[in-house]
Amino acid sequence: MNEQINELKKEALDSLASVANRAELDAWRVRYLGKKSRLQAILKSLSSLPVEQRKTIGAETNRLKNELENLLKEKEAAFEEASSRAQSSRDALDVTLPGRPSTLGRLHPVTRVLQELQEIFASMGFEVVEGPEVEWDYYNFEALNIPKEHPARDSMQTFWVDAPSGDDDREMLLRTHTSPMQIRVMEKQEPPLRIIVPGRVFRYEATDATHIPMFHQVEGLAVDKGITMADLKGTLYEFSRRFFGPERRVRFRCDFFPFVEPGVEMAVECAVCKGKGCRLCGQSGWIEILGAGMVHPRVLEAGGIDPQVYSGFAFGMGIERIPLLRYSIDDIRLFYSSDLRFLRQF
Amino acid sequence: MKVPVSWLKDYIKEPFEINDLVCRLTMAGTEVASVIDMAQSWEGVCVGQVSQVNPHPNADRLRLVTVDSGLEKHEVVCGADNVAAGQKIAFAEVGARLIDGYTGDITTLKQAKIRGVVSCGMVCSEKELGLSDEHEGILVLPADAPLGMPLKEYMGETVLDLDVTPNRPDILSVTGVAREVAALLRTSAMVPEPDFKGEGSSILDEVTVEIKAPDLCPRYSASLIKGVTIGESPDWLKKRLLNAGVRPISNVVDATNYVMLEYGQPLHAFDFDKIAGAKIIVNRARDGSKFTTLDEVERELTGEMLMICDAGTQIAIAGVMGGFNSEISQNTTSVLLESASFNPASIHYTGSRLGLSSAASQRFERGLSPFLTLPALKKATSLILEVAGGVACRGLIDEAPGLKPHPGIEVDISRVNALLGTEYSRDTITRALELIECEIGPGGHSGQLKVVPPYWRSDINLEADVIEEVARIEGYENIPMTMLSKSIPQQTPDPMLGFKRKLLESMTGLGFQEILNWSMTNKTALGRALNQAQLEVEPLHLKKPMTTEQECLRTSLRPGLLASLASNRRFEEGAMKLFEAGAVYLPAQEGLPQEPWMLAGILCSSQVKEHWDEEPEQADFFTAKGMVEALLDLLGVKPFFEPGSDNGFKSGNQAEVIVDGERVGIIGEVHNRVARAFDIDEPVFMFEINATRLMPLTVRDKKFKPIPRYPSVVRDIAIVVDASITNRQVLDVIAEFPLVVKTGIFDVYTGKHIPEGKKSMAYRLTFQSDKKTLTDEAVDRVLNQVLRRLEDRLGAVLRR
Repeated sequence: MNEQINELKKEALDSLASVANRAELDAWRVRYLGKKSRLQAILKSLSSLPVEQRKTIGAETNRLKNELENLLKEKEAAFEEASSRAQSSRDALDVTLPGRPSTLGRLHPVTRVLQELQEIFASMGFEVVEGPEVEWDYYNFEALNIPKEHPARDSMQTFWVDAPSGDDDREMLLRTHTSPMQIRVMEKQEPPLRIIVPGRVFRYEATDATHIPMFHQVEGLAVDKGITMADLKGTLYEFSRRFFGPERRVRFRCDFFPFVEPGVEMAVECAVCKGKGCRLCGQSGWIEILGAGMVHPRVLEAGGIDPQVYSGFAFGMGIERIPLLRYSIDDIRLFYSSDLRFLRQF
Repeated sequence: MKVPVSWLKDYIKEPFEINDLVCRLTMAGTEVASVIDMAQSWEGVCVGQVSQVNPHPNADRLRLVTVDSGLEKHEVVCGADNVAAGQKIAFAEVGARLIDGYTGDITTLKQAKIRGVVSCGMVCSEKELGLSDEHEGILVLPADAPLGMPLKEYMGETVLDLDVTPNRPDILSVTGVAREVAALLRTSAMVPEPDFKGEGSSILDEVTVEIKAPDLCPRYSASLIKGVTIGESPDWLKKRLLNAGVRPISNVVDATNYVMLEYGQPLHAFDFDKIAGAKIIVNRARDGSKFTTLDEVERELTGEMLMICDAGTQIAIAGVMGGFNSEISQNTTSVLLESASFNPASIHYTGSRLGLSSAASQRFERGLSPFLTLPALKKATSLILEVAGGVACRGLIDEAPGLKPHPGIEVDISRVNALLGTEYSRDTITRALELIECEIGPGGHSGQLKVVPPYWRSDINLEADVIEEVARIEGYENIPMTMLSKSIPQQTPDPMLGFKRKLLESMTGLGFQEILNWSMTNKTALGRALNQAQLEVEPLHLKKPMTTEQECLRTSLRPGLLASLASNRRFEEGAMKLFEAGAVYLPAQEGLPQEPWMLAGILCSSQVKEHWDEEPEQADFFTAKGMVEALLDLLGVKPFFEPGSDNGFKSGNQAEVIVDGERVGIIGEVHNRVARAFDIDEPVFMFEINATRLMPLTVRDKKFKPIPRYPSVVRDIAIVVDASITNRQVLDVIAEFPLVVKTGIFDVYTGKHIPEGKKSMAYRLTFQSDKKTLTDEAVDRVLNQVLRRLEDRLGAVLRR
C-alpha cells in the first residue's frame, strides 16, 4: 500500500512539473485530486484495511492529499500572476504622453517684482500706499522743491494733460515719479511714517529699446524723530541683501535730487562681471539701482512737518530695470508688447 | 563737461592717479562718464615737416607732398588746400591707427595708389585725429613742434568727461573741478587772482549801462578793449579748446569761451562799434518782437524774456545767445566784453521756450554767483589783450543792484551728526568744510559754526546743504549702516491692496496670463472697442502727445485687451486667456480724474486640437460667466446677473454683474463689429469688473457656519414652464423654503415631448434640517409645497 502511495506521489509530481497551462492544471487536478482519482480510491478503501494499517496509511494518504493541494494552489497562483502580468503589459500607459492640461496663468514680470519688493519692505514695517497717476504740477514738482524753470525738470520730461488748471493755477500732468505721494501722505498723516508707493509713472520720451514713455517705480519714505543717513544706508543695504543676495556688494555715492539733501545713489555690484567692469555696467562694475537721500527740509515743510523736529529718508527706484538685468532682456518695449512668447518665459 | 587733465594740473600741484580721481569724483557726486585718451588713435603718428609740395600729375585737386618725418622722407598724396612747404604737420605712417574721416571708425592706414601715384602715409586733419569734426584742411602744428616726436607725446591728452548734476554750476568750469578735486585729494587748488592793465580813457566815459530789470539781472559788469586784431588764436589756446570739445572760431571769441570753461562764467563779446549810443540797456523784450540770433535764425520773443539792448534796438538774448547785429566780425576793432549775472529761472524759461540751449544758458540756469562776474571779466580782458592785441580802457563797468554778500549758515554740530548718524568732531567738520574753502566762524552758541561758503558754491544755502558737504568730503562710505530703531508706525492698510492681490492671484488660478498695456491710447482704438455710453466720456487728452497712437488716456481696458488678443493670434493657435488689471482715467467735472481700478479678462477657444486625448473645449458665454462666478464666490460675493444692453457685446449674449444692487461689471460675447475692427474673426468673450466699486461690497469678515449634523435628502424634479421663465425666477421661489439648503439646475431641455413655447428644467434639491433627521414623508410634504408654489407663481407643471 505504501508503495502504491509513493508511486502515486512520484507520478503526480512528475506530471505537475510538465503542466504548462490552466487547462492542463485542471486536468491534473481531476486526475490526482478529483472524485475518481486514485487518491480518493485509496481513501475509500481504507475502511477495508485492518485498524493498524488504516491509521498509518490514512495519515500517509492525507499528507499526500494536502501536499498535492498546496502544490495546486501554488501552481494556480503562479499562473494567475503570469497571466495578470501579461494582461498589464498589454494595457500599460505611455506615461510620456502629456497630461490633460490644467493651465495656471502667470503674473507679468513687473507685477511680480513689485510684489517681491512690497514683501521685503512690508517686513521692515513699510506700509504700502498708492496714489493718483494723473497729478497736479504742485505735488509732482513744486512741493518737491522743483519750482518752475528748475533745470531738474529737464531730466523729467513731462506729459501735460489738456485739462483746466486747478486752484492756484495748478497744471495737470502724468506723474513723472511716485514721489508726489510723499507730500500727499505727509499732508494726511502725522509722523512717524514708513511707507512705500508702487505705481506707474510717465516720461515724455520717444520709445526705443532702452526708453519707454511709461514704466513703474517704487517710492519709499520714512519720517520720524532721529532718522539718520545711517538708517537710510542700513535699510537699503538690507533690502539689497534680501533682493539681490548677500554676495552682491553695495555702493552708496553722492548724487543730486532736488527733494533730498544729502542726496544718495545706490548701486549694486554688476552680476555679470562681479565688479570688474563689462559692457552691461558700462565698465564701471556697478549697476545703479535707486536714488535716495534725506528728505529735503523744504519738502518736509511742504508736507506740514517741522524739519527742526523730524527727519526722514526717501528713495525711489525704477522697476523694469530689475527684470531687464535679471533675465538679460535686450528690449524694454517687450514688457508692454503683451507678447505671450515673452510673458510665458517668466 | 570735458576737462583736459593737463589743464586741471595748472591748478593742482599734487600728483594724482587718474583712476583714483575718477573714483573720488564719482563717489562725491560728479560721475565721470568716461576717461577719454585723445591719443588712443595716434599710434604711428608723429610731428613731420612738409619739405615740398608738387602738383599731382593726374588730378588738379590733389598734390604730391614730401614729408620729412625726421628719419626719412615720404611722398604722400594730399587733398587739402592749406598744405604748404615748411609747415609742421601730423604725419601718419603706413600702419598708423586713425579715425576714418568719412565713417568715424578707427582704421589702419594702408599704402594706397591714388590716381596712379603711390601714397606712403598721410598728412592728418583734426577729424582724423579725433580732435574735432574739421575735415576740410590739415592740422598745422606750431613751428617749434619737435620734428619726429610722436604726436602722442607732443599733444596727447587725457580728458575727463563729467556728468554734471543740475545743482553744481561750478563743476561746469575747470577751476571748479580743480577745487573739487583738491578738496577730495585733501589738498588745495591754486587759482590765481586775475587782473589786467587798463590804459587811456576810463570805460565810464565811454559806455553807460542801465539795468531796467534788476529782478532778472542782479549784476552787469563789462570792459572795453580797443584796437584788437581779429584773427586765429595761438595753438595752446586752440589745443585746449579742442580738447575740451569747443571749436576754435577767432581769437576774441575763443578767449571768451576759454574763460567760460575756466571759470564757468559765460561772457559775451560785442562789436562796440555796432552798439548804438554806446549804451547798454538790460530790459525785458518787447512782447512779440522778432530777433535774429548769431546763428542767423529769426526768433519771436515774449515779454518775459530778458534782452540786452543798445540805444536803439535789441542786440542779444541775455545769457542765451548773442545777436547777429552786434556779432564780432573780421573787421571788429573794439570789443565790449559783458560778464553778467542773470536770473536762472528766466534764462531757463527763455532757453526752453526758444528751444535754444547754449553752453552759456546751461551755466546760467544752474544759478551762477554774481560774485563770479569780475574775476572772469578780468581774466578774459587780459586774455584778449594777449591773443588779439589792443588796449583796454581803465576800469570796469559794474552795475550790481542785486548783489548781496552771503549771510552765512548757522550749523549745529549735533545736528550734523544727528542727520548723518555719525560722531564727527567739531574739528573734523571744520576741516571738511575748509577743504571746500568755506569760511568757518563761531556760531550763535558753542555747539554751532557759522559757515560762509565760497562764492562759486551757489548751491550751498541751508544747513542740510552744509551737512551734505561734510558727508561728501568725509565719504559716504564712512557713514555707518544702522536699521531703523524706532517702533513701526501704526498702520491702516488700504483694503484695496489686499483685494487687488486676491484678484490677481485668482485670475492666474483661473488660467489667465496677465498683460500690461500702455495707459495712453487713442480715440480710434477706444471708438472701435467701446459701447455708446462709454464713448460719451471724452477721454483726457495729452497736450503734446508723443505719437497720435498715444494721444489720450484710456477710459477702458477693452481696446488694449482686444488688440493684445489679436496680435497674439498671429502666432498662437491655442486657446487664450488674457487679463489686465489697472487704472482707467475718467475725467471729473473738476480737478483730477477718477482712476477706478478695473479688472478685465478676455478668452477664446483653441483653433486646433491641442491634446491627444481631448477635443478643444469651445468657450462660450457660460465659460466666461463660470469664471466670474468662481472669482466672486472666492470674494464672498453673491452676484446677480441681468441681461445687459452694452453694444460692445452681442445683444442677448451678455449679462450685467450686480452685487447688492450695484452694477459692478459685465460679461458677454464681443460684438462681431468690435471683433472685426480688431481683426478678430472668432468668438471672443470678455468680462470687465470695476474692482474699486466691488471691493466695499465683498465680505471681509466671513463667519463660520457649523458643519451639518443631520443627513441630507436629495430629490430631483423636472418642471415644464414657459420658455421665457428664467432660472433665477425658479430659484427665487424655491429659496422661500428654508429646508431646501441647496438647489442646482442640471438640465434644460426643449424639443420632443415638450410643447412649443415651453421648456423643461431639471433641478436637484437638497433638503436638510439643523435640528433633526428628515423623514421621507417630511421631505415629500415640502417638495409638494414647492411644486404647488412653482405652479401658482410660474405656471410650472411637474414633468412625469
